[in-house]
Amino acid sequence: MTVEWVKPLPQTDNVSAHYWAAARDGRLLIQQCDPCGHRQWYPRALCTNCGAETEWLECMGVGVVHTYTVIRQMGMAGFRDEVPYIVAIIELAEGPRVMGNVVDIDIGDIHIGLAVEAFFVVAADDVGVPQWRQIRS
Amino acid sequence: MTGGNRAPVIVGIGLSDAPRAPHLDAVQHHVLAARRAIADAGIAKADIDGYVSAGGGGSMVDDAITMAEYLRIDHRYIDSTMTGGSSFEFHVQHLAAAIRDGACDTALVTYGSDRLSTMGRNLGTGGFMRPGQRVAGPAQYEAPYGNTLVGAYAMHAMRHMHEYGTTSEQLAHIAVGVREFAALNPNAMYRDPITVDDVVNSRLVADPLHKLDCCAVTDGGGAFIMTTAERARDLPRKPVYVLGAAGAQTHWNISQQTDFTSSAAAKCGPIAMARARVSHRDIDMVMIYDSFTITVLLLLESLGFAPRGEGGRWVQEGHLRRGGSLPMNTDGGGLSGCHPGMRGIFLITEAVRQLRGDAGVVQVPDCKVALCAGSGGWLSAIGVAVLGTEASS
Repeated sequence: MTVEWVKPLPQTDNVSAHYWAAARDGRLLIQQCDPCGHRQWYPRALCTNCGAETEWLECMGVGVVHTYTVIRQMGMAGFRDEVPYIVAIIELAEGPRVMGNVVDIDIGDIHIGLAVEAFFVVAADDVGVPQWRQIRS
Repeated sequence: MTGGNRAPVIVGIGLSDAPRAPHLDAVQHHVLAARRAIADAGIAKADIDGYVSAGGGGSMVDDAITMAEYLRIDHRYIDSTMTGGSSFEFHVQHLAAAIRDGACDTALVTYGSDRLSTMGRNLGTGGFMRPGQRVAGPAQYEAPYGNTLVGAYAMHAMRHMHEYGTTSEQLAHIAVGVREFAALNPNAMYRDPITVDDVVNSRLVADPLHKLDCCAVTDGGGAFIMTTAERARDLPRKPVYVLGAAGAQTHWNISQQTDFTSSAAAKCGPIAMARARVSHRDIDMVMIYDSFTITVLLLLESLGFAPRGEGGRWVQEGHLRRGGSLPMNTDGGGLSGCHPGMRGIFLITEAVRQLRGDAGVVQVPDCKVALCAGSGGWLSAIGVAVLGTEASS
């Protein structure tokens, strides 16, 4: 999905460029440490557990809402017109937690434990933004 | 041991003008608070050989090296530690070590902010960036999602409610109690009494936090002066001893919070209290960073004043209120009194006022030990300082 993106964008760096480019291509990446097995998000130049270098791991793109809030007041253009909207911390099936918006849902239906799946919004040539929606069976 | 000739003590405090001070910019807040603290301490400006500023005061350049030049402090010890609102509890920790070690003898800490007059009240909900801005560093992973400062705290409250059944009414009791103290402070931002119903019926800003769960946005500044117990003997004010101080950090960006129902106070609180050689029953009053009601609840639990998960019930019992067993934020706190962006310095200045017995109508009777717990960021970096009227053995 490509949209006109007026919200803030990531300033990609040597590590993050891979993450945002993968999201542009429809893939959600986290990092896994080969020596110790630790998994992490956001991507870094080291494993936060043991300090080693990490490998990229492509996720299934599913998780559950660990916690969230409904933003009802936000002054910045791009968000101001979207209130109320949901900002959530999603616990991935692979373990780490990520931040994202849960969209396409009635505000009254959001709750901790809700199962969600990722989709990706192409926000710039080098950036896809992972977003989340309820898994409907 | 917390005593001896080089025991670190606070001998002067000063506040600038608050809560609305359109006649002052951020640097002038620093200056006014410093002038008042120096006068309060009864020292000469030239006596100061250590300087600390966290900066971050709004429209002006007020970092430590700039301010040391501006104030012309001929220092041999400088600290620019910036951990958000808790910076000043970290400063107490650092200065206590520096003074005991002899790195400096008399240090000045200043803070000043013109936040309300220059930015209005959008601090918590204005977002941190501009539209279309490219955001560098770890914040880039959160920037596209439109979280707010209030939202980051709200995520803690939502999880606490989920795990422990904490209610908005229980959180509201915190705001109501602090407002009672604010009513008695002519310099507090909001002084009209409020009820639990008022809080839970105020509009939601970021679920589950209502407007009255959120702190004021004000102007203001503060300063304090630390020196040795030996020097304090020649000064007019009864010294307040730094009995113990410690800091810790769990995250900075909110997505990296590992436990949304706890805080780093669970680590640094026991360290500060052990250094101070005090237990919970020794503490006569507390200054707990009240950026939001949930901030207080989580800090109280992680400091061990309330059992984990039971903070809601505990605050409902009224311990923190005027006349309660553990009066909190007797200056009206950040919720109702003064919150210019980084409130941590006022935790120290108000605790000192209480320990000197200078707190007037809000004086806690026989106040000998006070605990200050600052929260920086989004319950990210917590600093705890235990202050007392006497050195502990």
